[in-house]
Amino acid sequence: MPASPLTGSRIRERRLARGTRQADLARAVGISPAYLNLIEHNRRRIGGKLIVDIARELGVEPTQLTEGAEDALMVALRDAAARSGEAGPGGAPELDRAEDFAGRFPGWAALVATQGRRIEALERLVETLSDRLAHDPHLAASLHEVLSAVTAIRSAASILTETRDIDPDWQARFLRNVGEESRRLSESAEGLVAWLDTGGDVAETPLSPVDELGAFVARADYHFPTLEAPGAGAREIGALLKGAEAPRDPGTAEMARAMLSRYHADARAMPAGAFTVSRAAVDGDPSRLAAAFDVPLDAVLRRMASLGGDAAGLVVCDGAGTLTLRKPVEGFVLPRFGGGCPLWPLYQALTRPAQPVAAVLEMPGRIPRRFRCRAVSLPLAGTGFDAPTVHGATMLIEPVEREVPGPLVEAGSTCRVCPRESCPARREPSILGARVPAAPRSDRDQ
Amino acid sequence: MTKRVVIVEDEPNIIEAINFILSRDGWDVTVHANGETAVAAVRTARPDVILLDVMLPGRSGYDILKDLRADPDFAALPVLMLTARGQKKDRELADSLGVTRFMTKPFSNAELLAALGEIAAGA
Repeated sequence: MPASPLTGSRIRERRLARGTRQADLARAVGISPAYLNLIEHNRRRIGGKLIVDIARELGVEPTQLTEGAEDALMVALRDAAARSGEAGPGGAPELDRAEDFAGRFPGWAALVATQGRRIEALERLVETLSDRLAHDPHLAASLHEVLSAVTAIRSAASILTETRDIDPDWQARFLRNVGEESRRLSESAEGLVAWLDTGGDVAETPLSPVDELGAFVARADYHFPTLEAPGAGAREIGALLKGAEAPRDPGTAEMARAMLSRYHADARAMPAGAFTVSRAAVDGDPSRLAAAFDVPLDAVLRRMASLGGDAAGLVVCDGAGTLTLRKPVEGFVLPRFGGGCPLWPLYQALTRPAQPVAAVLEMPGRIPRRFRCRAVSLPLAGTGFDAPTVHGATMLIEPVEREVPGPLVEAGSTCRVCPRESCPARREPSILGARVPAAPRSDRDQ
Repeated sequence: MTKRVVIVEDEPNIIEAINFILSRDGWDVTVHANGETAVAAVRTARPDVILLDVMLPGRSGYDILKDLRADPDFAALPVLMLTARGQKKDRELADSLGVTRFMTKPFSNAELLAALGEIAAGA
């Protein structure tokens, strides 16, 4: 039975777990306490009869003391040392003492190994993101637009300011060109900033479990046909979680399982066919649908989003305002990180639990777009008298095709990409720098 | 004697500005906005110098430059390449294809006039 570098640590761990004194164990196996102490601190390698005796006294199989995950730990420690590059102020890692380190300080060794793996993952992520910045076709096209517009403006502005005897017709043409290109520049810059803020295609390079879950939802457009079928259940959920598109991170997979289970419960309570008929009958009123199907209002909002195709978006946030579920809808930019605009009904609803909140949001842009947003905040399952009350909020987002009742709110995506300088809800300056000029009324009416 | 220049560029407002300043500077300007037919347009116009954008509809400025350099009539024709892509690899590609001068957008009118004058004079 080969001795493991960490056998002594396991002996010590088992002995302490049983509450056996070192001296008692030493006596039972016929060695001195001092020798056992050396063994337990991995200063002496043991094997053969002694390890069998110790295992017997500790009530375990000898292999439980000699076999473990230390090989992986050793590899991880050596990898971490290899990646550290140049020696630090304390000198290079003592590779020949890695086993000793892992044996004496298993917790710290595991931390070093974990940090090493984390650094490697982050380095890969930085590499991926750098690669995207260098080669992303959308980014390249946007930058080309910006530079072309700047070139045209600079050239025309120079002509206007430096040409003394410019013909009035030419002057008018160049003034018009400056106006056109300024607007184009604003649009391009705004689009570029929005792309950078949302990370472009949300399905690429997820940075966190919430991000990866968002990508999973976005790829499916928050519609899972296999969960709509009568009799669907755990097997169909399991199949979705094993699919090629499913999250790979175990933590994210659990979040996806919870999301799919909730989706399945919604689909069972509000079958697609019956829901569509009822929705038409009540003119899409979520409150009446909730009453008709005897379900909470947030379930109706989720169902309207899941069956709404590309004409319905959805956001869900926790009580801290962090978006935990995002189904995008064109024209309504959802932030990739953190929270959105405080003026969204989603956040208003958090301040008024159980009260439905609705508003028409006008999102900024050269041609502002309007969205009807309906939200509600409800206590999350599992909270009660013996635990803090935890709320979450859900908001349905639908593009406005016609005039709808309700207050009109000039909102945005997040403060960073919002040009509304004097907004009372602003929490940080906009990186757009200046207000995006609105298009003439004729453009807005298109 | 009036010098002739062909501008191969697809951005109308940039064309208008460059056309204006070059015309006022005494150049005979021909404008062409399509990459696919640019080489034929150059053959027809027989310019003294070409202002060539890189990103064009149809064909890239690099392809046009390559074709021009393969034609003995235009192997030595001064070409000023304009581009919004100013990375080292873009310059290296243009150099390898035989560009005379490489200028990144945005540029000033004075810089453009000076560069064009220099390469037309063989500087």
